[in-house]
Amino acid sequence: MCGIVGFYGKTSKMREALGRSVAPMLVCMGDRGPDSTGLAVFSDSRNGNERSFSLYSADRSYGWQDLAEYFESECGAVVEWRSNHAVMRTDSDRDRVAAQLREHFPHIHLLCVGKKMNLYKDTGHPSEIVERYGLSSLQGSHCVGHTRMATESAVTPFHSHPFVAGEDFCIVHNGSLSNHHSLRRRLEKEGIQFETDNDTEAVCRLLQWRMREGDSIEEALQRAFFEVDGFYTLLIGTEDRLVLVRDAFACKPAVAAETAEYVAVGSEFRTLAHLPGIRDADLFEPAPEKIYSWNVST
Amino acid sequence: MERFDLAEISVRALNRQLHRELDTSRVAEFEIVNPNGLHNIAVGLDAPIKVHIRGHGGYFLAGMNKRAEVIVDGNVGWSVAENLMSGIVRVKGFASECAGASGHGGLLVIEGDASSRCGISMKGCDIVVGGSVGHMSAFMAQAGRLVICGDAGPYLGDSLYEAVIYVRGELHGLGADAREEPMIEADRLALADLLKRAAFEYSPREFKRIGSARTLYHWSPASTQVY
Repeated sequence: MCGIVGFYGKTSKMREALGRSVAPMLVCMGDRGPDSTGLAVFSDSRNGNERSFSLYSADRSYGWQDLAEYFESECGAVVEWRSNHAVMRTDSDRDRVAAQLREHFPHIHLLCVGKKMNLYKDTGHPSEIVERYGLSSLQGSHCVGHTRMATESAVTPFHSHPFVAGEDFCIVHNGSLSNHHSLRRRLEKEGIQFETDNDTEAVCRLLQWRMREGDSIEEALQRAFFEVDGFYTLLIGTEDRLVLVRDAFACKPAVAAETAEYVAVGSEFRTLAHLPGIRDADLFEPAPEKIYSWNVST
Repeated sequence: MERFDLAEISVRALNRQLHRELDTSRVAEFEIVNPNGLHNIAVGLDAPIKVHIRGHGGYFLAGMNKRAEVIVDGNVGWSVAENLMSGIVRVKGFASECAGASGHGGLLVIEGDASSRCGISMKGCDIVVGGSVGHMSAFMAQAGRLVICGDAGPYLGDSLYEAVIYVRGELHGLGADAREEPMIEADRLALADLLKRAAFEYSPREFKRIGSARTLYHWSPASTQVY
């Protein structure tokens, strides 16, 4: 069992209060996934070339000052941190920044790089993670979150969802895949590198690889319906889309709610019950192997 | 009418109240507000009482119900009225998967759609769905009637025993050993009674009957591909 949540704010009011809507959703879904928590949040970049680097330290009392000063002098980066998580913004070359991180701060883990996406994830119950990272105060257009009850690979920060590949692409998964090792071997032949042995990472990299090769997300998902064996409800976030699918058996739950102000997705209705106007929302349960997609307006 | 607010008391406290000894010389009525999708609301009732739930319920709502009448104004999650024994459970919205699973008796009415596996392994209860049902509904259903006023998803009635399915809308494929059978007068009478009790104004003549071909009852070396 795991919990998935997603939210897309259609109005500036909902976007300013994104964290206030989503934090209780994560905490509620702690019942379905108490061992790890993650949230990927999309918000507008400040300028066209600027990228956001989400950074993680295993040491909760890590002092980020040295890292902030180093990258400020190297590339004018701005670093903001809270506990063992930091967000660094810079328009410097991404590979160069990643190489500098590896060389000078090898104990810091780069969670993701994106023009719009920031990623927060760690082991721990969502009530703890929400508090530690201040997720209630986050703003953004849309987000994808997960609470994990691990079944097939280790409980570590890096086995937590959301999984990312490339830039501004993330996925959360409730279920389990049975052919992820063979998918992985095939993708590795394409030169694709993995960070963990987690099943969800395989489908994440499969989809992002197909999209990089020119498939639309719909085409990539149709291929995944055919190639991925197992149970899944998947929620995918891209820079301008929120996409929800369930496998043919549809034995992993999901409920979606839409109003004039927002779209909200959760594993169970009770995780949406606190949202404003939920009584009058258009509520539905996604059908098997049907692609539900919302375009995020700017 | 007694009123319970699930924003103020726990589901466990509510269910204890509904399970307590009641004066059955009158029909006791209860109203539950702020169900907010919580699980296990009004499970294990065993009294001739009426429970009105104002909002959306979660999983296992009215599970194992005996004698009580439970009405839900909204939608419900997985396994509503699971193992229903008697009484009536009515859902005015839609129901998620496994509605009425393994029910022995009583009537479950879902006014909207029911998701996959509706009536899975039902053992004598009746289920009337106003909308459509998802895939593998009435899987291994042993006894009772499943009435579908809308369409039926794929693999309807797979490995069916003696339960009977009536479908008004389109069939999207039958499961192994399920077959369409002629409607006889006894079917029309039974269906008219069920539709009346469920308060749907359809004519029994609009429905077709799905029953078991009974080829899976005994193992046969000739039909290994079917198992």
